[in-house]
Amino acid sequence: MTRASAVPAPKAGTASGRAPGEDHGLHLLREMLRIRRFEERCVELYSKTAIRGFLHLGIGEEACAVGVMDALTPDDAVVATYREHAHALARGVSMRSTMAELEGKLEGCSRGRGGSMHLFDAATRLYGGNAIVAGGLPLAVGLALADHLQGAQRVTACFFGDGAVAEGEFHESMNLASLWHLPVLFCCENNLYAMGTALERAQAETDLSLRAASYRVPSWEVDGMDVLAVEDTARHAAEAVRAGGGPHFLELRTYRFRAHSMYDPELYRDKSEVERWKERDPIPALIARLSADGLLGGGELEQLEAEIAAELDDAVAYADAGTLEAVEDLERFVTSERAEEAGPR
Amino acid sequence: MPSLGADMDAGTVVRWLVKPGDDVRRGDVVAVIDTEKATIEAEIFESGVVEELVVHEGERVPVGTVLARLGTPSVAPPPSKRRARPEPALVTAPAAVATGAPAAPAPPPRLAPAAHSPVVRHLAEQLGVDLARCHGTGPGGAITRADVERAARPRAGEAPARRRAARRAGAAAVTPGRPAQAPSQPPGPRRPVSPYARRLAAELGVDLGAVRGTGPEGSIVAHDVQLAAAEAAAAGREDLTAPPGETPARAPAAAAARPEQPDAERQAALRRAIGALMARSKREIPHYYLSTTIDVGAALGWLEQANLDRAVPERLVLPVLLLKATARAVAKVPEMNGFFVDGAFVPSEAVHVGVAVSLRTGGVIAPAIHDVARLSADELMGKLRDLVGRARAGALRSSEMSDPTITVTNLGDLGVEAVFGVIYPPQVALVGFGRATERPVARDGLLGVRPCVTATLSADHRASDGHRGGRFLAEIDRLLQEPETL
Amino acid sequence: MSTTTYREAMRRSLRDALQRDERVFLMGEDVGRYGGCYAVSLGLLEEFGPERVRDTPLSESAFVGAGIGAALGGMRPIVEIMTVNFSLLALDQIMNNAATLLYMSGGQFNVPLVIRMTTGAGRQLAAQHSHSLEGWYTHIPGLRVLAPATLEDARGMLWPALCDPDPVLIFENGALYNTEGELADDAGPVDISTAAIRRSGGDVTLVAYGGTLRSALGAAEELAGDGVEAEVIDLRCLRPLDDATILGSVARTHRAVVVDEGWRTGSLSAEVSARITEEAFYDLDAPVARVCSAEVPMPYARHLEDAALPHADDVVAAVHRLGA
Repeated sequence: MTRASAVPAPKAGTASGRAPGEDHGLHLLREMLRIRRFEERCVELYSKTAIRGFLHLGIGEEACAVGVMDALTPDDAVVATYREHAHALARGVSMRSTMAELEGKLEGCSRGRGGSMHLFDAATRLYGGNAIVAGGLPLAVGLALADHLQGAQRVTACFFGDGAVAEGEFHESMNLASLWHLPVLFCCENNLYAMGTALERAQAETDLSLRAASYRVPSWEVDGMDVLAVEDTARHAAEAVRAGGGPHFLELRTYRFRAHSMYDPELYRDKSEVERWKERDPIPALIARLSADGLLGGGELEQLEAEIAAELDDAVAYADAGTLEAVEDLERFVTSERAEEAGPR
Repeated sequence: MPSLGADMDAGTVVRWLVKPGDDVRRGDVVAVIDTEKATIEAEIFESGVVEELVVHEGERVPVGTVLARLGTPSVAPPPSKRRARPEPALVTAPAAVATGAPAAPAPPPRLAPAAHSPVVRHLAEQLGVDLARCHGTGPGGAITRADVERAARPRAGEAPARRRAARRAGAAAVTPGRPAQAPSQPPGPRRPVSPYARRLAAELGVDLGAVRGTGPEGSIVAHDVQLAAAEAAAAGREDLTAPPGETPARAPAAAAARPEQPDAERQAALRRAIGALMARSKREIPHYYLSTTIDVGAALGWLEQANLDRAVPERLVLPVLLLKATARAVAKVPEMNGFFVDGAFVPSEAVHVGVAVSLRTGGVIAPAIHDVARLSADELMGKLRDLVGRARAGALRSSEMSDPTITVTNLGDLGVEAVFGVIYPPQVALVGFGRATERPVARDGLLGVRPCVTATLSADHRASDGHRGGRFLAEIDRLLQEPETL
Repeated sequence: MSTTTYREAMRRSLRDALQRDERVFLMGEDVGRYGGCYAVSLGLLEEFGPERVRDTPLSESAFVGAGIGAALGGMRPIVEIMTVNFSLLALDQIMNNAATLLYMSGGQFNVPLVIRMTTGAGRQLAAQHSHSLEGWYTHIPGLRVLAPATLEDARGMLWPALCDPDPVLIFENGALYNTEGELADDAGPVDISTAAIRRSGGDVTLVAYGGTLRSALGAAEELAGDGVEAEVIDLRCLRPLDDATILGSVARTHRAVVVDEGWRTGSLSAEVSARITEEAFYDLDAPVARVCSAEVPMPYARHLEDAALPHADDVVAAVHRLGA
């Protein structure tokens, strides 16, 4: 079974050897902080019933989305799950648009039709927001197939969790992508729990990158709490995919600090385990790293927090002031409004 | 009270983790909340000093209710909607009594209400079952759904037919939002006529009663109507002109109602249920109406005296006497008390008086107070107050809905002088009382002013006639002249 | 004009589409090397190559989802699910992605996908291979569902389906592939939104589609011998239904029988019947009748399968019971 391809991978659990430039480091920190503060605000908004339905927060997993997105180009495609606020924000969907969607407003990226679990954005090629576990994997394979048939040198990054590995669609999709040599970057955010079921209670073989490798897909494990490691590995993998190396698989080992969703009493895991993982919080880790490199001495962090707070307040105000789609428009977009011009080429 | 999930309407503060005077920071866990699905730790989103814990431990409040106040209070807190829960008490089963035979194992102690499963608690609340008095058959003596449903059923030993009939009638009004059962078909043979044939008959002026049906199941079809019309035309007869029949209106396009708020939907559903019930009553029951004016001077005087000895919360009101008089009058005219079922009147031994209560959400329901004739005035007052409260809170028991044997509607407090109501099937009488007003009364040739109440009777002509109805009202009048005997 | 078969007409439509637009490609189990389970795609691999005629592994969910993704990515895929029986494995992708993406995304993402499936019973393939589930799919908003029953429709429905910016399901009744008939040499695209009156008559309306059209037409022949003139409607488009044609016919005939190979309960025939009752109640001289499959998992033994399926004489009997 092949593990890493010819491209050397960084060792699991260690940060990249490359020292980030000041701008780049701050950029990664900003991206993670934006997500963190956004998610925290969502808790409050949900408790106030401004956000309804299911809310799945990615607090603790920021490094995964931020690290991988950094390795993608605007032309690439992203397929994500219902825990995708981080992915939307990191991909470039505005906070305003995202927050408005969470509040069900017309100004939201999905016109308020989708809510937290269905963020879509054509401009950034974000294909959801999928609420069926593993439901997005075949879509990603298809997007990559289209790129292959059209000769486009693009990557489709597909995010999913450890729970998806149990679904048949994971296996069908890995197999098909590998068989047809399609440009998919499969990114598994392994946070050790599929809702309330721990990985070892769901998988006979818990080494997920090993599972992926069984489809002859080059597979790496990455410390998902280290944004620099994620970014570095993702960059290598994405380059390989883009260059025609077929699908690649990243197992991002991470942890969610909060419950599966807002309504989860977390009976299935120990508080002490959560606390242990919190010590590896990706944000303080990066802050420590940047500080050690002397990059945060001039009040940059405070500045960052202030900017983010302002952006967030603005987004919430925007969303609060948003409009509700007219009920008369309920049946719009069940089918297309104008027959798209097709016909013979 | 935060929303902690998609389907959470209300929560209970199980335990406060802070007290007035404590410093709290944004993100601190300050309370443990029971949401009926799970127990969740609630965090606070502001920093400050705890001023006041508005909602107490054990209280269940809707999402959005203010739970506590932080910082310096500037305005008095608005009254929060609270529903006090009974103090959870651990009930232990009595120890088995030794009888010489091997003692049966003592039944396990019953759980405190707080430990019942959320489903059970929710169901109990819905059906108005007091869990503390419910016998549990689940593991460890736990109360199961079936236990709750059993506890909610009406008492055994009553005529099943009556119960079914009563439930059919009462079910419509039990819970707002539940639609009425389909009313039973009016008696009499139906002749199947196809919709098209009916339309043709109207257009051609053919009397369907005179047409022979040759369609499936003997139905009258278009062909039959056309034949009849042709024959009539050929014979030149004119008496086949049908009585003016309405042209059947085109069925209205089904527009799904999409109310803005769930309340509106419940109101509408309740209206529909009541409407269906009243329509059925009017359709099936041949009503007759009587009214009489009753001098209530003696009754009011007795009340005044009686209330001198009573604390304000226990004071008696006129409706108590009106209800007692009605219930007692039944003894003289039993045709007013019972059910008309399967084509016959079945009198009831017991007198359970249905009391019409108006709901704040709109609509009226009429749950029963049992055995009114045997209750003392104080007992009746207590039950009346309790019933009205629970009716308005939606916490009635199904037995209360299915058991009324006669109903009283008293709109006196709304200022209406006389009310001619619609009987609640399958009952056979409805007694109405209007407002007590001062009226000029002629007595022994002299004109005076007396407080009077107009009492009305709507009764089922199949069970009684005007003579008996008049007797009934007269008896109520007589009883009210001797309030001390009530 | 030349004599051809339904199968051949279907193949011609595939060739035509693959030739016309390089975004079109065919994907499914055994569509390439094998030539298609029902030989519909025979020869296409050789003509268009393995990039455009793709054999897939037995992964319905993945390749249907991939079809959706490819459609999102700018292609015009034709996904062939061998039979409707296997489509159940891809139901999540069809319902939760294909049918819903446009709506969920607030109008951003179209899914111009065509899925072809073989449906129906009658070849003693037993319970797991004999379903007629097209009625189920008509339940789902966001999908267009077609049932070509004639050679013209087999030839002509595919291209407009590919041009539709939204997902289209095409159900081909397996018993029809061998039917022979005359087809114009220049036969081309047909409309995919209206029902067709295949036979005019004033006494009763027979509503059919796909595999049951033949039974309805056969019944009409026999009824004519009894002096009953039946009007036969071929639904052609199962979702959205062409109410106007159906209701217009019932307004003239006052009686209706719906012939549906699905099971009666919760079927497409129930939907048609409900609509007639809702909109044409005062035109009806008798209740709407339905002739459907017996509510049994399809048995293997020939005589039992025969008894379970709807035939022309069942339709005739139903018409007589209506008093026509």
